[in-house]
Amino acid sequence: MKIAIPVDEKNLESTVCISFGRTPYFLIYDTEKEAHTFLDNSAAASQGGAGIKAAQAVVDQNVHALLTPRCGENASEVLSEAGVKIYKTNGTSIKENIESFNQNGLSMLTEIHAGLHQHK
Amino acid sequence: MKIAVLSGKGGTGKTLVSVNLASAFEEAIYIDCDVEEPNGHLFFKPDDVVEKEILVKTPVVDHDKCSGCRTCVEFCKFNALAFINQKVKVFDSICHSCGGCSLICPEHAIKEKDKAIGVIESGQSQNVKVITGRLNTGEETGVPIIKELLHLNREEVLNTVIDCPPGSSCMVMESIKDADYCVLIAEPTLFGRHNLNMVYDLVKLFDKPFGCVLNKCIQGENPSESFCVDENIPIIGRIPFDKNLGAINSNGTIITRVSMAYDALFKAILNRIEEEVSR
Repeated sequence: MKIAIPVDEKNLESTVCISFGRTPYFLIYDTEKEAHTFLDNSAAASQGGAGIKAAQAVVDQNVHALLTPRCGENASEVLSEAGVKIYKTNGTSIKENIESFNQNGLSMLTEIHAGLHQHK
Repeated sequence: MKIAVLSGKGGTGKTLVSVNLASAFEEAIYIDCDVEEPNGHLFFKPDDVVEKEILVKTPVVDHDKCSGCRTCVEFCKFNALAFINQKVKVFDSICHSCGGCSLICPEHAIKEKDKAIGVIESGQSQNVKVITGRLNTGEETGVPIIKELLHLNREEVLNTVIDCPPGSSCMVMESIKDADYCVLIAEPTLFGRHNLNMVYDLVKLFDKPFGCVLNKCIQGENPSESFCVDENIPIIGRIPFDKNLGAINSNGTIITRVSMAYDALFKAILNRIEEEVSR
Protein backbone atom coordinates (compact mmCIF):
# COMPACT_ATOMS: atom_id res chain seq x y z
CA MET A 1 0.00 0.00 0.00
CA LYS A 2 1.33 3.46 -0.90
CA ILE A 3 1.06 6.24 1.63
CA ALA A 4 2.06 9.92 1.63
CA ILE A 5 3.42 12.00 4.52
CA PRO A 6 4.29 15.72 4.45
CA VAL A 7 7.91 15.97 5.65
CA ASP A 8 10.33 18.76 6.48
CA GLU A 9 13.39 17.24 4.81
CA LYS A 10 14.21 14.59 2.24
CA ASN A 11 15.27 11.83 4.62
CA LEU A 12 13.54 9.30 6.84
CA GLU A 13 15.16 10.75 9.98
CA SER A 14 13.42 14.07 9.32
CA THR A 15 10.12 15.13 10.88
CA VAL A 16 6.48 15.26 9.82
CA CYS A 17 5.72 18.78 8.52
CA ILE A 18 3.02 20.64 10.48
CA SER A 19 1.44 21.86 7.21
CA PHE A 20 -0.05 19.68 4.50
CA GLY A 21 -0.54 22.20 1.68
CA ARG A 22 2.71 24.06 2.22
CA THR A 23 5.00 21.21 3.22
CA PRO A 24 8.29 21.37 1.27
CA TYR A 25 8.25 17.62 0.47
CA PHE A 26 6.06 14.56 0.52
CA LEU A 27 7.40 11.15 1.46
CA ILE A 28 5.76 8.52 -0.74
CA TYR A 29 6.17 5.21 1.05
CA ASP A 30 5.27 1.73 -0.14
CA THR A 31 4.45 -0.35 2.95
CA GLU A 32 4.78 -3.72 1.17
CA LYS A 33 8.03 -3.05 -0.67
CA GLU A 34 9.30 -0.84 2.16
CA ALA A 35 10.50 1.50 -0.58
CA HIS A 36 10.25 5.25 -0.60
CA THR A 37 10.66 8.35 -2.76
CA PHE A 38 10.45 12.05 -2.01
CA LEU A 39 8.27 14.44 -3.96
CA ASP A 40 8.89 18.19 -4.10
CA ASN A 41 5.69 20.02 -3.23
CA SER A 42 5.34 22.68 -5.93
CA ALA A 43 2.21 23.97 -4.15
CA ALA A 44 4.31 25.26 -1.24
CA ALA A 45 4.95 28.58 -2.96
CA SER A 46 1.37 29.10 -4.20
CA GLN A 47 -0.32 32.34 -3.26
CA GLY A 48 -3.55 30.52 -2.68
CA GLY A 49 -5.16 27.14 -3.15
CA ALA A 50 -1.99 25.36 -1.96
CA GLY A 51 -4.06 22.61 -0.34
CA ILE A 52 -5.86 21.80 -3.59
CA LYS A 53 -2.63 21.66 -5.59
CA ALA A 54 -0.82 19.59 -2.96
CA ALA A 55 -3.77 17.20 -2.74
CA GLN A 56 -3.75 16.85 -6.53
CA ALA A 57 -0.06 15.92 -6.41
CA VAL A 58 -0.72 13.31 -3.72
CA VAL A 59 -3.72 11.89 -5.62
CA ASP A 60 -1.61 11.65 -8.79
CA GLN A 61 0.84 9.40 -6.91
CA ASN A 62 -1.99 6.86 -6.52
CA VAL A 63 -1.54 6.66 -2.79
CA HIS A 64 -4.13 4.94 -0.61
CA ALA A 65 -3.61 7.02 2.48
CA LEU A 66 -2.23 10.33 3.69
CA LEU A 67 -0.68 10.67 7.15
CA THR A 68 -0.79 14.30 8.24
CA PRO A 69 -1.19 16.37 11.41
CA ARG A 70 -3.63 18.78 9.76
CA CYS A 71 -5.63 19.17 6.57
CA GLY A 72 -7.76 21.97 5.16
CA GLU A 73 -11.27 21.55 3.82
CA ASN A 74 -10.49 22.02 0.12
CA ALA A 75 -7.60 19.56 0.23
CA SER A 76 -9.71 17.08 2.15
CA GLU A 77 -12.44 17.37 -0.51
CA VAL A 78 -9.97 16.52 -3.28
CA LEU A 79 -8.46 13.64 -1.29
CA SER A 80 -11.72 12.09 -0.17
CA GLU A 81 -13.29 12.29 -3.64
CA ALA A 82 -10.24 10.48 -4.96
CA GLY A 83 -10.62 7.85 -2.23
CA VAL A 84 -7.46 8.76 -0.30
CA LYS A 85 -7.95 8.09 3.42
CA ILE A 86 -6.59 10.73 5.78
CA TYR A 87 -4.95 9.58 9.03
CA LYS A 88 -3.78 11.82 11.85
CA THR A 89 -0.08 11.56 12.63
CA ASN A 90 1.00 10.96 16.20
CA GLY A 91 4.18 12.82 17.15
CA THR A 92 6.70 14.07 14.60
CA SER A 93 8.78 10.94 13.90
CA ILE A 94 8.31 9.68 10.35
CA LYS A 95 9.40 6.12 11.17
CA GLU A 96 7.18 5.85 14.23
CA ASN A 97 4.18 7.07 12.26
CA ILE A 98 4.80 4.50 9.50
CA GLU A 99 5.13 1.84 12.20
CA SER A 100 1.89 2.94 13.88
CA PHE A 101 0.11 2.99 10.54
CA ASN A 102 1.28 -0.55 9.76
CA GLN A 103 -0.10 -1.72 13.12
CA ASN A 104 -3.41 0.11 12.57
CA GLY A 105 -2.44 2.44 15.39
CA LEU A 106 -3.38 5.74 13.73
CA SER A 107 -6.88 7.20 13.83
CA MET A 108 -8.63 8.96 10.96
CA LEU A 109 -8.20 12.74 10.85
CA THR A 110 -11.61 14.17 11.71
CA GLU A 111 -10.82 17.84 12.37
CA ILE A 112 -10.73 19.48 8.98
CA HIS A 113 -9.88 23.17 9.30
CA ALA A 114 -11.25 25.97 7.16
CA GLY A 115 -8.88 27.52 4.65
CA LEU A 116 -6.45 30.15 5.85
CA HIS A 117 -7.10 32.60 3.05
CA GLN A 118 -5.02 35.44 4.38
CA HIS A 119 -4.09 36.57 0.90
CA LYS A 120 -7.65 37.78 0.26
CA MET B 1 -9.98 64.54 -5.24
CA LYS B 2 -10.30 61.00 -3.93
CA ILE B 3 -9.47 60.42 -0.27
CA ALA B 4 -9.13 56.86 1.07
CA VAL B 5 -9.51 56.29 4.80
CA LEU B 6 -7.85 53.19 6.21
CA SER B 7 -6.57 51.56 9.39
CA GLY B 8 -4.82 48.37 10.40
CA LYS B 9 -7.77 47.09 12.38
CA GLY B 10 -11.50 47.62 12.78
CA GLY B 11 -12.94 50.02 15.33
CA THR B 12 -10.31 52.74 15.08
CA GLY B 13 -12.68 55.28 13.55
CA LYS B 14 -12.50 54.85 9.77
CA THR B 15 -16.23 55.26 9.33
CA LEU B 16 -16.42 58.16 11.82
CA VAL B 17 -13.73 60.02 9.86
CA SER B 18 -14.96 59.01 6.38
CA VAL B 19 -18.56 59.95 7.02
CA ASN B 20 -17.65 63.28 8.57
CA LEU B 21 -15.05 64.21 5.95
CA ALA B 22 -17.62 63.54 3.21
CA SER B 23 -20.19 65.53 5.12
CA ALA B 24 -17.78 68.44 5.68
CA PHE B 25 -17.40 68.95 1.90
CA GLU B 26 -19.95 71.22 0.25
CA GLU B 27 -20.86 68.32 -1.96
CA ALA B 28 -19.25 64.89 -2.00
CA ILE B 29 -19.50 61.18 -2.63
CA TYR B 30 -19.05 58.64 0.13
CA ILE B 31 -18.11 55.12 -1.00
CA ASP B 32 -18.26 52.32 1.55
CA CYS B 33 -15.70 49.73 0.41
CA ASP B 34 -15.88 47.88 3.74
CA VAL B 35 -18.12 45.42 1.92
CA GLU B 36 -18.05 42.75 4.63
CA GLU B 37 -19.70 45.06 7.13
CA PRO B 38 -20.67 48.37 5.48
CA ASN B 39 -21.99 50.76 8.10
CA GLY B 40 -21.64 54.30 6.69
CA HIS B 41 -25.24 54.10 5.47
CA LEU B 42 -26.39 53.82 9.12
CA PHE B 43 -25.18 57.42 9.58
CA PHE B 44 -26.26 58.84 6.22
CA LYS B 45 -29.62 57.04 6.02
CA PRO B 46 -29.71 57.75 2.27
CA ASP B 47 -32.96 58.27 0.34
CA ASP B 48 -33.97 56.96 -3.10
CA VAL B 49 -31.67 53.97 -2.83
CA VAL B 50 -31.07 52.07 -6.08
CA GLU B 51 -29.64 48.57 -5.90
CA LYS B 52 -27.41 46.84 -8.43
CA GLU B 53 -26.46 43.17 -8.25
CA ILE B 54 -22.77 42.29 -8.65
CA LEU B 55 -22.00 39.16 -10.63
CA VAL B 56 -18.76 37.28 -11.15
CA LYS B 57 -17.99 34.51 -13.61
CA THR B 58 -17.09 30.99 -12.52
CA PRO B 59 -16.23 28.07 -14.83
CA VAL B 60 -18.60 25.22 -15.67
CA VAL B 61 -17.05 22.15 -17.25
CA ASP B 62 -18.82 20.08 -19.88
CA HIS B 63 -17.56 16.64 -18.82
CA ASP B 64 -18.60 15.05 -22.13
CA LYS B 65 -16.35 17.41 -24.09
CA CYS B 66 -13.46 17.30 -21.57
CA SER B 67 -10.59 15.13 -22.80
CA GLY B 68 -8.84 15.10 -19.42
CA CYS B 69 -5.76 16.90 -20.73
CA ARG B 70 -5.48 19.00 -17.55
CA THR B 71 -4.44 22.12 -19.47
CA CYS B 72 -6.88 24.14 -17.36
CA VAL B 73 -5.66 22.64 -14.06
CA GLU B 74 -2.04 23.47 -14.93
CA PHE B 75 -3.03 26.94 -16.12
CA CYS B 76 -4.96 28.10 -13.03
CA LYS B 77 -2.53 30.13 -10.92
CA PHE B 78 -5.06 30.20 -8.08
CA ASN B 79 -5.30 26.39 -7.98
CA ALA B 80 -9.08 26.59 -8.24
CA LEU B 81 -9.24 23.47 -10.44
CA ALA B 82 -8.40 19.86 -9.67
CA PHE B 83 -8.61 16.69 -11.75
CA ILE B 84 -10.11 13.83 -9.78
CA ASN B 85 -11.70 10.59 -10.98
CA GLN B 86 -11.20 11.68 -14.62
CA LYS B 87 -13.19 14.87 -14.03
CA VAL B 88 -12.27 18.52 -13.58
CA LYS B 89 -13.49 19.80 -10.23
CA VAL B 90 -14.03 23.55 -9.76
CA PHE B 91 -13.52 25.30 -6.42
CA ASP B 92 -15.74 28.35 -6.87
CA SER B 93 -14.53 29.98 -3.66
CA ILE B 94 -10.89 29.94 -4.85
CA CYS B 95 -11.69 31.11 -8.43
CA HIS B 96 -10.70 34.71 -9.19
CA SER B 97 -12.93 34.86 -12.30
CA CYS B 98 -10.03 35.49 -14.68
CA GLY B 99 -11.67 33.42 -17.44
CA GLY B 100 -8.34 31.89 -18.45
CA CYS B 101 -9.45 28.25 -18.19
CA SER B 102 -12.29 28.72 -20.65
CA LEU B 103 -9.97 30.46 -23.13
CA ILE B 104 -7.21 27.89 -22.89
CA CYS B 105 -9.29 24.69 -23.01
CA PRO B 106 -8.43 22.97 -26.34
CA GLU B 107 -11.79 21.16 -26.37
CA HIS B 108 -13.83 24.30 -25.60
CA ALA B 109 -15.33 22.35 -22.74
CA ILE B 110 -15.37 25.21 -20.24
CA LYS B 111 -18.07 27.86 -20.19
CA GLU B 112 -18.66 30.53 -17.59
CA LYS B 113 -21.73 31.11 -15.50
CA ASP B 114 -22.76 34.18 -13.52
CA LYS B 115 -22.68 34.06 -9.78
CA ALA B 116 -24.12 36.88 -7.64
CA ILE B 117 -21.76 37.81 -4.81
CA GLY B 118 -23.35 41.01 -3.52
CA VAL B 119 -24.92 44.37 -4.31
CA ILE B 120 -24.09 48.04 -4.70
CA GLU B 121 -26.61 50.49 -3.24
CA SER B 122 -26.66 54.17 -4.22
CA GLY B 123 -28.67 56.92 -2.55
CA GLN B 124 -28.53 60.54 -1.45
CA SER B 125 -28.15 62.05 2.02
CA GLN B 126 -28.30 65.87 1.92
CA ASN B 127 -24.98 67.01 0.34
CA VAL B 128 -23.56 63.50 0.08
CA LYS B 129 -24.13 60.79 -2.50
CA VAL B 130 -23.84 57.52 -0.59
CA ILE B 131 -22.63 54.39 -2.39
CA THR B 132 -22.42 51.16 -0.43
CA GLY B 133 -20.91 47.83 -1.43
CA ARG B 134 -22.32 44.78 0.28
CA LEU B 135 -20.82 41.30 0.01
CA ASN B 136 -23.12 38.32 0.49
CA THR B 137 -22.47 36.33 3.65
CA GLY B 138 -20.15 33.40 3.04
CA GLU B 139 -18.47 34.83 -0.07
CA GLU B 140 -14.67 34.71 0.02
CA THR B 141 -13.69 38.08 -1.38
CA GLY B 142 -15.25 41.47 -1.97
CA VAL B 143 -12.62 42.60 -4.46
CA PRO B 144 -15.00 42.40 -7.49
CA ILE B 145 -17.52 44.61 -5.66
CA ILE B 146 -14.85 47.17 -4.72
CA LYS B 147 -13.58 47.20 -8.33
CA GLU B 148 -17.10 47.93 -9.56
CA LEU B 149 -17.69 50.58 -6.86
CA LEU B 150 -14.60 52.49 -7.94
CA HIS B 151 -15.07 51.82 -11.65
CA LEU B 152 -18.56 53.34 -11.57
CA ASN B 153 -17.06 56.40 -9.90
CA ARG B 154 -13.95 56.78 -12.06
CA GLU B 155 -15.15 59.72 -14.17
CA GLU B 156 -16.64 61.51 -11.18
CA VAL B 157 -15.41 65.06 -10.59
CA LEU B 158 -16.95 65.48 -7.14
CA ASN B 159 -14.75 64.99 -4.11
CA THR B 160 -14.90 61.38 -2.98
CA VAL B 161 -14.22 59.73 0.36
CA ILE B 162 -13.49 56.00 0.28
CA ASP B 163 -14.16 54.12 3.52
CA CYS B 164 -11.79 51.12 3.30
CA PRO B 165 -12.04 47.68 4.84
CA PRO B 166 -9.82 47.19 7.91
CA GLY B 167 -6.31 45.76 7.60
CA SER B 168 -3.97 45.71 4.62
CA SER B 169 -5.36 42.85 2.52
CA CYS B 170 -6.20 42.70 -1.21
CA MET B 171 -9.52 44.41 -0.52
CA VAL B 172 -7.74 47.41 1.02
CA MET B 173 -5.21 47.56 -1.84
CA GLU B 174 -8.09 47.59 -4.31
CA SER B 175 -9.81 50.37 -2.32
CA ILE B 176 -6.81 52.73 -2.24
CA LYS B 177 -5.57 52.08 -5.78
CA ASP B 178 -7.10 55.20 -7.33
CA ALA B 179 -6.89 57.44 -4.26
CA ASP B 180 -5.12 60.81 -4.41
CA TYR B 181 -4.55 60.79 -0.67
CA CYS B 182 -4.67 58.21 2.12
CA VAL B 183 -5.76 59.02 5.65
CA LEU B 184 -4.48 56.56 8.25
CA ILE B 185 -6.53 56.37 11.44
CA ALA B 186 -4.72 55.33 14.62
CA GLU B 187 -5.57 54.62 18.24
CA PRO B 188 -3.36 55.79 21.14
CA THR B 189 -2.16 52.31 22.18
CA LEU B 190 0.76 49.99 21.43
CA PHE B 191 -1.65 47.77 19.53
CA GLY B 192 -2.83 50.85 17.64
CA ARG B 193 0.78 51.68 16.78
CA HIS B 194 1.32 48.15 15.43
CA ASN B 195 -1.79 48.44 13.25
CA LEU B 196 -0.73 51.89 12.06
CA ASN B 197 2.60 50.40 10.99
CA MET B 198 0.75 47.85 8.80
CA VAL B 199 -1.14 50.49 6.79
CA TYR B 200 1.91 52.77 6.77
CA ASP B 201 3.87 50.01 5.01
CA LEU B 202 1.01 49.60 2.54
CA VAL B 203 0.66 53.27 1.53
CA LYS B 204 4.44 53.56 1.18
CA LEU B 205 4.37 50.56 -1.14
CA PHE B 206 1.65 52.24 -3.22
CA ASP B 207 3.58 55.50 -3.19
CA LYS B 208 0.53 57.50 -2.12
CA PRO B 209 0.62 60.79 -0.25
CA PHE B 210 -0.72 60.17 3.22
CA GLY B 211 -1.23 61.56 6.69
CA CYS B 212 -2.42 60.29 10.03
CA VAL B 213 -5.48 61.20 12.09
CA LEU B 214 -4.98 60.31 15.75
CA ASN B 215 -8.31 59.19 17.19
CA LYS B 216 -9.44 58.78 20.82
CA CYS B 217 -6.66 61.08 22.00
CA ILE B 218 -6.20 61.18 25.78
CA GLN B 219 -3.72 62.87 28.11
CA GLY B 220 -0.33 61.22 28.31
CA GLU B 221 1.72 59.04 26.05
CA ASN B 222 0.40 58.17 22.58
CA PRO B 223 2.44 55.35 20.97
CA SER B 224 0.87 56.08 17.56
CA GLU B 225 1.87 59.74 17.82
CA SER B 226 5.48 58.81 18.66
CA PHE B 227 5.44 56.46 15.67
CA CYS B 228 4.34 59.34 13.40
CA VAL B 229 7.10 61.55 14.81
CA ASP B 230 9.73 58.81 14.39
CA GLU B 231 8.67 58.05 10.82
CA ASN B 232 7.97 61.66 9.77
CA ILE B 233 4.31 60.93 9.09
CA PRO B 234 2.29 64.15 8.94
CA ILE B 235 -0.35 64.29 11.70
CA ILE B 236 -3.27 65.94 9.94
CA GLY B 237 -5.79 65.82 12.77
CA ARG B 238 -6.50 64.81 16.34
CA ILE B 239 -9.89 63.66 17.55
CA PRO B 240 -10.28 63.71 21.33
CA PHE B 241 -11.53 60.79 23.42
CA ASP B 242 -14.88 62.48 23.94
CA LYS B 243 -17.81 60.63 25.53
CA ASN B 244 -20.22 63.13 24.01
CA LEU B 245 -18.89 62.35 20.52
CA GLY B 246 -19.17 58.64 21.33
CA ALA B 247 -22.80 59.01 22.40
CA ILE B 248 -23.80 61.05 19.34
CA ASN B 249 -21.93 58.71 17.00
CA SER B 250 -23.50 55.62 18.61
CA ASN B 251 -26.91 57.03 17.81
CA GLY B 252 -26.02 57.13 14.14
CA THR B 253 -25.84 60.94 14.04
CA ILE B 254 -23.20 62.63 11.91
CA ILE B 255 -21.32 64.86 14.34
CA THR B 256 -20.39 67.55 11.79
CA ARG B 257 -24.10 68.04 11.08
CA VAL B 258 -24.88 68.82 14.72
CA SER B 259 -21.69 70.28 16.23
CA MET B 260 -19.95 73.46 15.06
CA ALA B 261 -16.77 72.45 16.89
CA TYR B 262 -16.53 69.08 15.19
CA ASP B 263 -17.54 70.58 11.84
CA ALA B 264 -14.55 72.91 12.24
CA LEU B 265 -12.29 70.01 13.25
CA PHE B 266 -13.15 67.94 10.15
CA LYS B 267 -13.03 70.99 7.83
CA ALA B 268 -9.51 71.67 9.17
CA ILE B 269 -8.53 68.10 8.28
CA LEU B 270 -9.98 68.59 4.78
CA ASN B 271 -8.04 71.82 4.33
CA ARG B 272 -4.86 70.09 5.41
CA ILE B 273 -5.48 67.25 2.92
CA GLU B 274 -6.14 69.74 0.11
CA GLU B 275 -2.87 71.51 0.94
CA GLU B 276 -0.95 68.23 0.98
CA VAL B 277 -2.45 67.05 -2.32
CA SER B 278 -1.82 70.37 -4.14
CA ARG B 279 1.82 70.41 -2.98
